[in-house]
Amino acid sequence: MNRIASTFSSLGAQNKKALIPFITAGDPEPAMTVRLMHELVQAGADIIELGVPFSDPMADGPTIQRSSERALQHGVGLKDVLAMVAEFRKADQTTPVVLMGYANPIEAMGYQGFAMAARESGVDGVLIVDYPPEECEEWVNQLEHQSIDPIFLLSPTTPKARVEKVAKLAKGYVYYVSLKGVTGASHLDLTDVRKKLAEVRAIISVPIGVGFGIRDGATAKAVAGLADAVVVGSRIIEEIENAPSDILLSNVNSLVKSLRAAIDQAAVPLS
Amino acid sequence: MKIYDLPDKRGHFGPYGGTFVAETLIAALEELLAQYQHFRDDVDFQAEFSHELRHYVGRPTPIYHAKRWSAHLGGAQILLKREDLNHTGAHKINNTVGQALLAKRMGKTRVIAETGAGQHGVASATVAARYGMECIVYMGSEDVKRQATNVYRMKLLGATVIPVESGSRTLKDALNEAMRDWVTNVENTYYIIGTVAGPHPYPMMVRDFQAVIGREAKIQMTEEYGRQPDALIACVGGGSNAIGLFYPYIDNDEIRMIGVEAAGKGVDTNQHAATLVTGRPGVLHGNRTYLIQDDNGQIIETHSISAGLDYPGVGPEHAWLKDSGRAEYVAVTDEEALSAFHALCRFEGIIPALESSHALAYAAKLAPTLGKDKLLLVNLSGRGDKDMVTVAQQSGIDL
Ligand SMILES: Cc1ncc(COP(=O)(O)O)c(C=O)c1O
Repeated sequence: MNRIASTFSSLGAQNKKALIPFITAGDPEPAMTVRLMHELVQAGADIIELGVPFSDPMADGPTIQRSSERALQHGVGLKDVLAMVAEFRKADQTTPVVLMGYANPIEAMGYQGFAMAARESGVDGVLIVDYPPEECEEWVNQLEHQSIDPIFLLSPTTPKARVEKVAKLAKGYVYYVSLKGVTGASHLDLTDVRKKLAEVRAIISVPIGVGFGIRDGATAKAVAGLADAVVVGSRIIEEIENAPSDILLSNVNSLVKSLRAAIDQAAVPLS
Repeated sequence: MKIYDLPDKRGHFGPYGGTFVAETLIAALEELLAQYQHFRDDVDFQAEFSHELRHYVGRPTPIYHAKRWSAHLGGAQILLKREDLNHTGAHKINNTVGQALLAKRMGKTRVIAETGAGQHGVASATVAARYGMECIVYMGSEDVKRQATNVYRMKLLGATVIPVESGSRTLKDALNEAMRDWVTNVENTYYIIGTVAGPHPYPMMVRDFQAVIGREAKIQMTEEYGRQPDALIACVGGGSNAIGLFYPYIDNDEIRMIGVEAAGKGVDTNQHAATLVTGRPGVLHGNRTYLIQDDNGQIIETHSISAGLDYPGVGPEHAWLKDSGRAEYVAVTDEEALSAFHALCRFEGIIPALESSHALAYAAKLAPTLGKDKLLLVNLSGRGDKDMVTVAQQSGIDL
């Protein structure tokens, strides 16, 4: 069993839901990323989604765009991100790390070269926002050769036939985007999420994470009642953006702890 | 005889094109594709499109023989396809009329657009006014400053211009922002992309709407010259005016097709926008194509004296035409384009757009190497009224 699968299975055994924070590698500066990753784990993160900075983050709202720009100002590229994961792995061999980003940095590195280097660094899964299932056969092959999970998005507008397509390819977990829009928006509709997740669950066997638009403990708790994992990005990045550097780690720590506590209150068996 | 039939069902031109977007956009693109395919074959839709092109845009545009300039250059004859005579002053309106008619039939009440120089923004604001739709135009804040007159023009036409502050604050960032708006407001909103870029079906659809340029030219050449030209020359930003001229000629192998990119301050500097000449394939804005990028796959800021060519990508069909060898792509510098701009003003009494001046500049290089009996058909994609301030500045004049 790989790190992602064993994380979900041990959480399941404890009747708990996964908390997946997202941060952008290199934000606010490269030296902080590995420290932030350890801090997230210490505060209760189960899986870390690490954003690969890109010049044109089309699916992201202003908060994550700015985090990407800060990282790019330090020249952080995909190879640097892999080096950060390798550094993190020296002290943490159990917490899964999922890279999230856009296609072009991968295209520039080459599928095979990337997949080999990612495995070497200790990456467990990769979600490339602009590789939808119909454009990524070779990409998925190369990841699977290296036992890295391809993670896919599902959205409120994904019809059943596409959910079935994703079901055939997805490993690790799927990431359900809880609203129409970009990251950081705040109009998540729980009734919609509940309805759609029931439909998705009937088709997809891997765990389901829900993200985009989760900004506070109450929403995190409500989503944890419906999904297997709660993904929080923009809210954490706001903390990174606003905190003076000397209290950045402790601010992020308390935010993530509060999300953890909220999620744990929700723990109700799903089936 | 082989018949060119790209893109394939999924919008691929060989390895290029496709639908590289987040899941959140897929449903909208599938709806757009289905609707476009339906109306493309709909007699009423095509009749209304033709009617609008004739009575509102002012088509057909003539082919004009630039005799004095040709004689001065001392070689091939230069013919100009006068897209500058269209309503709003460029070819862009062919596409916005087509997409606005589609948007109306899809029941959308709000259209959005990205713009660099402002030409596509103006063309979008124009059709939104004409068909009674709300119009939002995204424009990089750098471009808002550089193109103040076009910003005002859009406002006069009733559009809201939103300056984009992210990334390099230019056209590519405006496109990102328009995509974000579309994802969020897809129910009532139609996104009018201004060139043959973006995810499928945009490169195909925009090409089809612009192909009126080449179709007219084919008929006019036969009627007025008794033969087709030896070469077609057009500037390439995203590539819509070029593909509009080229597409009806793709199966005529004996006719050269030459796309002219912006070499800015030179292709060996880092200040140019010569994507096909210097770039490498990658994925941006929903399709696979050539891109100007660094070793990490980050998109690099481009430069051209003409804002309309200042784009780090290029339509995927051009990527394919380059690789397959059917079309040739070259680049000319700011300086060469300016010199052709002035030449056309003085020899022919026509003030060309700076974008189109790139095509003219290459024609001016090629013509003297060919015999006087050869015909070069240049797409004069737009007029230069919008470029007065830029050109004056180059001569040290502050208007
Ligand atoms: C007059 C004119 N020509 C050419 C272009 C470049 O676009 P494309 O390559 O899509 O024709 C523009 C873009 O603004 C333009 O205004």
